Amino acid sequence: MFRSLFALLRRDLTLALRRPQDALTVVGFFVVVVSLFPLGIGPDPEFLRSLAPGVLWVAALLAVMLSLERLFSDDYRDGTLEQMLLVPEPLGLLVLTKTFAHWLITGLPLVLISPLLAVQLNLRVDEIVMLMFALLLGTPILSLIGSIGAALTLGLRGGGVLIALLILPLYVPPLILGAGAVDAVMHGASAQAHLSLLGAMMVFALFATPWATAAAVRIMLD
Amino acid sequence: MREFLAMGGYAPYVWGSYLVMAGLLVVEMVQLRYRRRGLMGWLKRMARLTEQEERK
Amino acid sequence: MSERSIQWFRFTAPANFYDLAGRLIPWFAALTIALFAVGLYLGLVVAPPDYQQGDSYRIMYIHVPTAWMGMFLYVLMAVYAAIGLIWRIKMAEIMAKAIAPTGALMTFFALWTGALWGRPTWGVYWVWDARLTSMLILLFLYLGYMALHAAIDDRQRASNASAVLAMVGVVNVPIIYFSVQWWNTLHQGASITVTDAPTMATIMFVTLLIMTLAAWMYSIAVVLARARIEVLERERKATWVRERLETES
Repeated sequence: MFRSLFALLRRDLTLALRRPQDALTVVGFFVVVVSLFPLGIGPDPEFLRSLAPGVLWVAALLAVMLSLERLFSDDYRDGTLEQMLLVPEPLGLLVLTKTFAHWLITGLPLVLISPLLAVQLNLRVDEIVMLMFALLLGTPILSLIGSIGAALTLGLRGGGVLIALLILPLYVPPLILGAGAVDAVMHGASAQAHLSLLGAMMVFALFATPWATAAAVRIMLD
Repeated sequence: MREFLAMGGYAPYVWGSYLVMAGLLVVEMVQLRYRRRGLMGWLKRMARLTEQEERK
Repeated sequence: MSERSIQWFRFTAPANFYDLAGRLIPWFAALTIALFAVGLYLGLVVAPPDYQQGDSYRIMYIHVPTAWMGMFLYVLMAVYAAIGLIWRIKMAEIMAKAIAPTGALMTFFALWTGALWGRPTWGVYWVWDARLTSMLILLFLYLGYMALHAAIDDRQRASNASAVLAMVGVVNVPIIYFSVQWWNTLHQGASITVTDAPTMATIMFVTLLIMTLAAWMYSIAVVLARARIEVLERERKATWVRERLETES
């Protein structure tokens, strides 16, 4: 069973590497959005610094959301997704594997590029470390919750806009905890509580969302 | 009466709440009635059409 | 016992629901009017002004009931959606869909009246208070549910997909609420919480209760009316619909 899941992971990653522009577009979006904020707000370093956790997290959240449409749409169009309903492996594990691949392609690059943007917004080193750590814990949650939205909007016109309406309200808890962790470090407090809650949320999402996503895929392919 | 309408100086807030709520509740009920009437008319037309078909 | 359960099962059949709801709606409508009349009279005329907030506190009589309704209807919608999805009961699917617009409206009322109450009490229309923020997100959840339902053309698929969304939403509502509360306590500077009057006068309490009941009765009447329309739309080809058409105006 793990062999076939691994094969699925490799396939998704290979497909993504053949078309790197998809992943790069997401990173590009993230960079551009964060870079626009100082132009709208003003260049005052202290003010930008205090806004940085929120700005970086909201931008990351929007970037992940934009990439969600691609999670299942290609496989849906060429019929691969329908084939997945027929294999002996549980559909929940298959979509979990696909979501993991999606996170490796979109979420992880965001985590890796975030220090560069954090420097732009005058964050200190310890805050940058915390930002990366919080994003590392938080972006998988975003991908997991997002996979439900991606499955529910399969084959719908205007699916991209609809995903935003369905998923963004559910992104509130990771946003609060993730941005809050960086904020806590900024104010000299401990971010431990934020991180433990974020971790708990990730574990919960890891176990709960594949079921919902699998149910949604079944319904939309019915 | 004037005193009642003034709501101790809070008239815009109190009446702004109550009247908007009353207005939207009426809108909801009227919308439902229109929807029902439209649907009933359509169903009746369809029923008449099928009846004519059957008679032929 | 078994006879009773058979009785209940009968009402899950669309034709029986249609007839029963048609008989019940006038009663709920009458109760709505009576309760609102008494509640409004008590709340706006009889109840004395609050010693701190003056007459502005009277907004509470619609703010609190609509907020309760908004939250409760979401849970009810999710329960119906789950029943419809798991046991394939068509009436439960229809009820879930029929609840959504009224729930969204109630949530909107809670936000609107909250803002208008906030201006005289806090000095601003909107504060990022934990409760107000959670209600705003609840409204977004309602809108997402309705948008998804409307976006899918196939009725059965629309019901099932939005049922999944409603269930995901209902699991998330407490998580959202607690995270917003947590966020709020961390940013104490900006937060102002409503000071719950420690001793609420009896008249205020009674009025609040009556207004809450009125909101309940209104919601039931409107949801049943909407569900009746939905049933007709879904079952337009069934023979019972044609029978009802001949007897009704």
